[in-house]
Amino acid sequence: MFLETVRLALQAILRNPTRSFLTVLGVVIGVAAVIAMVTLGRGSTVQVTSDVEKLGANLLMLSPGQSRFGPSAGSGSARAFSERDVQTIVDQLASVETAAPMGSSSLVAVFGNENYRTSVSGTTNQYLLATDWNIAQGRSFTEAEQQAGKPVCILGKTVRDELFGMTDPLGEKLRLGPISCTVTGVLEAKGASSFGTDQDDIVMIPFRTFARRIAGTSDVRLIYVSVRDGFSTTRTIDDLTALLRETRRIGRGEEDDFAIRDMEQLASMLTGITDVLTGLLSAVAAVSLLVGGIGIMNIMLVSVTERTREIGIRMAVGAQARQVLMQFLVEAVVLSGLGGIMGILLGLAFGAVGTRMLNVPFVIDIQIVLLAFVFSALVGVIFGYFPARRAAQLDPIEALRH
Amino acid sequence: MSSQTASTATDPAHPVIDFRDITRVYGKGEAQVFALAGITLTITQGEFVAIMGPSGSGKSTAMNVMGCLDRPSSGQYLFNGVEVADLTQDQRALLRRHYLGFIFQGYNLLPRTTALQNVELPLIYKGMSRDEREARALSALEKVGLGNRAHHDPSELSGGQQQRVAIARALAGQPSVILADEPTGNLDTTRSIEIMELLQSLNRDENLTIVMVTHEDDMAAFSDRLIWMVDGRIESDRPTGKGAA
Repeated sequence: MFLETVRLALQAILRNPTRSFLTVLGVVIGVAAVIAMVTLGRGSTVQVTSDVEKLGANLLMLSPGQSRFGPSAGSGSARAFSERDVQTIVDQLASVETAAPMGSSSLVAVFGNENYRTSVSGTTNQYLLATDWNIAQGRSFTEAEQQAGKPVCILGKTVRDELFGMTDPLGEKLRLGPISCTVTGVLEAKGASSFGTDQDDIVMIPFRTFARRIAGTSDVRLIYVSVRDGFSTTRTIDDLTALLRETRRIGRGEEDDFAIRDMEQLASMLTGITDVLTGLLSAVAAVSLLVGGIGIMNIMLVSVTERTREIGIRMAVGAQARQVLMQFLVEAVVLSGLGGIMGILLGLAFGAVGTRMLNVPFVIDIQIVLLAFVFSALVGVIFGYFPARRAAQLDPIEALRH
Repeated sequence: MSSQTASTATDPAHPVIDFRDITRVYGKGEAQVFALAGITLTITQGEFVAIMGPSGSGKSTAMNVMGCLDRPSSGQYLFNGVEVADLTQDQRALLRRHYLGFIFQGYNLLPRTTALQNVELPLIYKGMSRDEREARALSALEKVGLGNRAHHDPSELSGGQQQRVAIARALAGQPSVILADEPTGNLDTTRSIEIMELLQSLNRDENLTIVMVTHEDDMAAFSDRLIWMVDGRIESDRPTGKGAA
């Protein structure tokens, strides 16, 4: 009997396909929007996570001050690290593979007639080790160059292309603000980060060169620490905290005057932003589903009026009020369910195009797809009930006279 | 299902419709109108009854009450011995489903629905399987001479044919009473006579009880018994003299 009702509903819907389609268009668009948004959101989340993993899931970042991500409130007032701290960390903790100081500044690099503003990073070879970054051409810094703070540099792919074009940069002299340095190597291309920034837009110089010639201070404002394989990141963070509290003489009960962040935190912050955006857009989509539901209710009411005589006939041949109610309710649900299916397919199609354009993986979230379908069917139940009840409450004599 | 409200006895003298002082009042107070002003009548199994009267005489109201589409304001209505006034709306629907068939002046077929599907309609509510439904509907259509039109839409059929489909629909549910409200009102004389002959043969061959409202003496002449109504009352109730033969 129920299958019969569904079949009947499909018949009634297909009797006027254009109108049926226009009726559910609101639901189609609502569901398509939700599915497309979620697909894009999930795609970029996966992308961010894998980017961060590529960067090194076992990478920790140490900075002075209690600043969280965002504006570095008060980090200036906190005591900076020193190169000695970097050495202590590597020496004292077995779980630490390597550590590198990092300082950076935005400067104009000049070669011949070409000039290009880029990010100059003062660090050590250890940074390349920690981030798994290889030299594509030439060599990294020598120990002597690092110790003495020699004016040498390694170029990112973008800087190399911008300044040198087809010429070989190795051994050439590059002007970086106040200093002139010799190019010793070119880094492997890394592409865009999940922040959307170009990771290859970089010039690396030895940390000491940076400290003396550019920053004018030997303070270390950022240390990259890479955790040895097989060691727990959380444990290492605890060990680091204990070590730094000791070297920095922080008393019991006093707060840390430094912060340690791992890449997982970074990833969850980034995906958090994506989630908020997805949530907001989904809320907008939910509103359009609501509007779509009202559209269905409107047309179902028209349909009940148009089919008053049919309802009368059905009642005359023995249909009970609840059977008439069921018929119209099922019709509304089948209608909105079909709209939901169309919306899901459309949304996935948009999602597929969108993810390709954003260059993120295309991930189908089955849970959301099912939820969207159930929700659209629910729209049919909620907005179909009122018209269906109106149909069921018709007086058969009046209905037949209609 | 509580459909066993009555026994379909084949006893020829078995009263199917039993009205006892039935009234049907519309409106309240000063504006009260008596559509039925106290009707007592008995129709037994196998009778072919015609109800006539000027418009507004209460013929249609009487039919609606008989068909359990309407409830009397007062009085007793026993259908196959069961008091209808006590039944709920759903129970009356069941009564219609299992014991009553309707034929209307305007045919009242579902548009854009084949003749076969139209005839199947009452069987759907009887909860029959699809195959059984189709077989029953087809045999009903054959009975009215439209076996070869089963898959036509009502719009592709003539008025007479449409009314035959409606008769087939009324028959398909194997009711004990068929209620026909001016079944030939929209048809020309030739078609009207064909329809009346069909009803008459169903009444004779299948012992089907038929109650028909009509305006036309020619059509009433096909019945066994003629009830004349005026102002919500029965003015005369006599045999037509045909049934005796």
